[in-house]
Amino acid sequence: MAARSQMALSLGFHIIFSCIGMVMPFFMAVSHFLWLRTGNPVYQNVTKAWSKGVAIFFATGAVSGTVLSFELGLLWPTFMKHAGPIFGMPFSLEGTAFFIEAIALGFFLYGWNRFNRWFHWFTGVVVGISGLLSGILVVAANAWMNSPTGFDLVNGKYTNIDPIKAMFNPAWFSQALHMSVAAFAATGFAVAGVHALMILRKQNVNFHMKAFRIAAIFGVIAAILQPLSGDVSAKMVAKRQPAKLAAMEAHFKTKPYSPLIIGGIPDVKNKKVDYAIELPGMLSFMVHDDFKTPVKGLDQIPVKDQPPIAVTHYAFQIMVALGMLMMGLGVLYLIALWKKRTWFDKHWFLKLFIWATPIGFIAVEAGWTVTEVGRQPWIIQGVMRTADAVTPMPGISYSFYLFTAVYFTLSLAVIFLLHRQIMMVPEIYDNPNPAKA
Amino acid sequence: MIYVVIVFLWVALLLYLVMGGADFGAGIIEMFTLNKNKSHARKIMYNAIGPIWEANHMWLIIAIVILFVGFPVIYATMSTYLHIPLTVMLMGIIARGTALTFRNYDAVHDNMQKVYNKIFVYSSFITPLFLGIIAGSAVSGRVDPQATNFMDAYIYSWLNWFSVAIGFFTVALCGFLAAIYLIGETRDEAERKSFIRKAKLMNVAAVVAGSLVFIASVKENIPLVQWVFGNVIGITAVSAATISLIALWYLIAKGKRFIIRVLAGFQMTMILLTTTYKHFPNIIILKNGGHLSLIEDQGAEKTIQALGIALLVGSLFILPALFYLIWSFQYKPEQADSELQGH
Repeated sequence: MAARSQMALSLGFHIIFSCIGMVMPFFMAVSHFLWLRTGNPVYQNVTKAWSKGVAIFFATGAVSGTVLSFELGLLWPTFMKHAGPIFGMPFSLEGTAFFIEAIALGFFLYGWNRFNRWFHWFTGVVVGISGLLSGILVVAANAWMNSPTGFDLVNGKYTNIDPIKAMFNPAWFSQALHMSVAAFAATGFAVAGVHALMILRKQNVNFHMKAFRIAAIFGVIAAILQPLSGDVSAKMVAKRQPAKLAAMEAHFKTKPYSPLIIGGIPDVKNKKVDYAIELPGMLSFMVHDDFKTPVKGLDQIPVKDQPPIAVTHYAFQIMVALGMLMMGLGVLYLIALWKKRTWFDKHWFLKLFIWATPIGFIAVEAGWTVTEVGRQPWIIQGVMRTADAVTPMPGISYSFYLFTAVYFTLSLAVIFLLHRQIMMVPEIYDNPNPAKA
Repeated sequence: MIYVVIVFLWVALLLYLVMGGADFGAGIIEMFTLNKNKSHARKIMYNAIGPIWEANHMWLIIAIVILFVGFPVIYATMSTYLHIPLTVMLMGIIARGTALTFRNYDAVHDNMQKVYNKIFVYSSFITPLFLGIIAGSAVSGRVDPQATNFMDAYIYSWLNWFSVAIGFFTVALCGFLAAIYLIGETRDEAERKSFIRKAKLMNVAAVVAGSLVFIASVKENIPLVQWVFGNVIGITAVSAATISLIALWYLIAKGKRFIIRVLAGFQMTMILLTTTYKHFPNIIILKNGGHLSLIEDQGAEKTIQALGIALLVGSLFILPALFYLIWSFQYKPEQADSELQGH
């Protein structure tokens, strides 16, 4: 249990650091591009300010990633012994992508005025692309745990291993798409929210408004597209992991016109959901594209193969609700952009975005909970149980406490640093000579 | 293909030892720098390692990924029985990387800088220490999958004189590498002298720690002398390292910058060669006399194939970019030096 908590904690932190680290370079590249095209120094300042954020997040993302590559073995040696050669392919490619990202970041951060401007811009773009690629590859590895392929299990032995097939497992595309879009949405809203706050405080309005609009447009587009990728993902889950879907929906009884259950408190003992809104037939429709075909419920899944229902259900509801909220905000933003330009100066509009700062990441964490908790009790869906994979070393709970302390310190430090960066904006960037920044 | 993978593993380890080692060493040198000179030395160091430190540490990730994809049994054994030193090393890596970044990117310069410096310096010492301990434990024959109690399985697997001596040896090597590297980074004569002094100090420390390794090996009944001097390659490598060391000191006196780095790198290559050659292809020696081998314990054939190809293709992208990065910031004539100072 401690091993599971430690892993969840490490991944939970890593996911935030790395999402920001992989999406912000794109914001940076846009603002950099605008600077190169328009020559407006504000864009250069925004780029520089963001690049410092990227440097901080990249470093924390990189170290937490290094830690994870060891933790897999430290906590789940049995899993890695068997699964390493099968699902390791994306990791080895991820190593490459990540290496390139580190090199490109070195060029970008230290390359101001050293290189051809467009080459310098290009290195920034490479940071983003290789970061995104490594994100996709890591998610592909996780997708394999949900839909294991590329090997045969004969008498407890893993034979006929095909790492390429394992990498392009059936779930890789839907999961990678969903996660990438989520990263853009979450980071976009988070960054936009911070800048919105600064606009409201009337500090460097021009600077923060430009930053706000670049970040927001990424977040908005991603948030509006997200339900589509969510639908693709849900269909994949229904096909490969009926237990997970049933738990997400707290769908206890298999019957025609399966209802979509919104909210509510799952009562596992009596196999019903209290206080929920039920939309008859909708779940069938979403999974099978018609209202009648029954969707497999928890009654058809042995109890020992069921994931924790309540946690999965709540996490899923939270994710969907926040996703919808972000989509709504996204629509508002587009209206503002097309019809109501004055909204940008309105307090209520900015306040909405300030409140929305954390929701993208809460949704990401909730979604991560759904996919990980929903897969339990399996570590490799249908193949290996989590309990069989854990390290034999006793006292893992101490290691968990240690890592918890470290990660909390680290997050506090990052927040502290970002706060100081933002607070210093007037001093650094109001300088009449921006080259000194 | 398996040999391609093994060569990559070895080269990744070597590059981590040399590049990452010099990087850790920078922190160790900072530890041994007088307070009044610290801030300036720090600046030189940061200019030297800033753009490339992230890349230096990628070699460890490459090595570990090769290990867990290609040699899962070895990876699983190491991470089970060497859990504790690995965790300590990870803590060191986290602390060091973040402290370095934070002290550079903290917009406000106040007392927090002292905190970052402390963390950076201590973790620069602890990380290679435990890295060495892990490497020493792999060959010390103390890893015991049949152990029945906690101490034998998880503590004495790495806590012995031999492993600890190798840990200190590694620290000294890192400090030495960094000092040699930094000699070429300053144009100020007094500073140059001070780095040369540090290099001498670290050289002596490495010799002392190296002797301790041999003494410890006798005490722990590890036939290290025979491993190193019992074969032609070992004797040749040790002699080559010694001769190159003499040449190194001569060339430092001559004021060379590039060649001394090459020689220091060459010495590391020789050290790694001696220590791995005799065991090859064995990588972990177990207490019961058994071993884990890169050949016998390799992963599935198709995996090794794919991994080898991925590494070859990856290196086509990585190596040129990395060389260009290092060249750009080290040897390319600087265009706008004043711009950088304000960074």
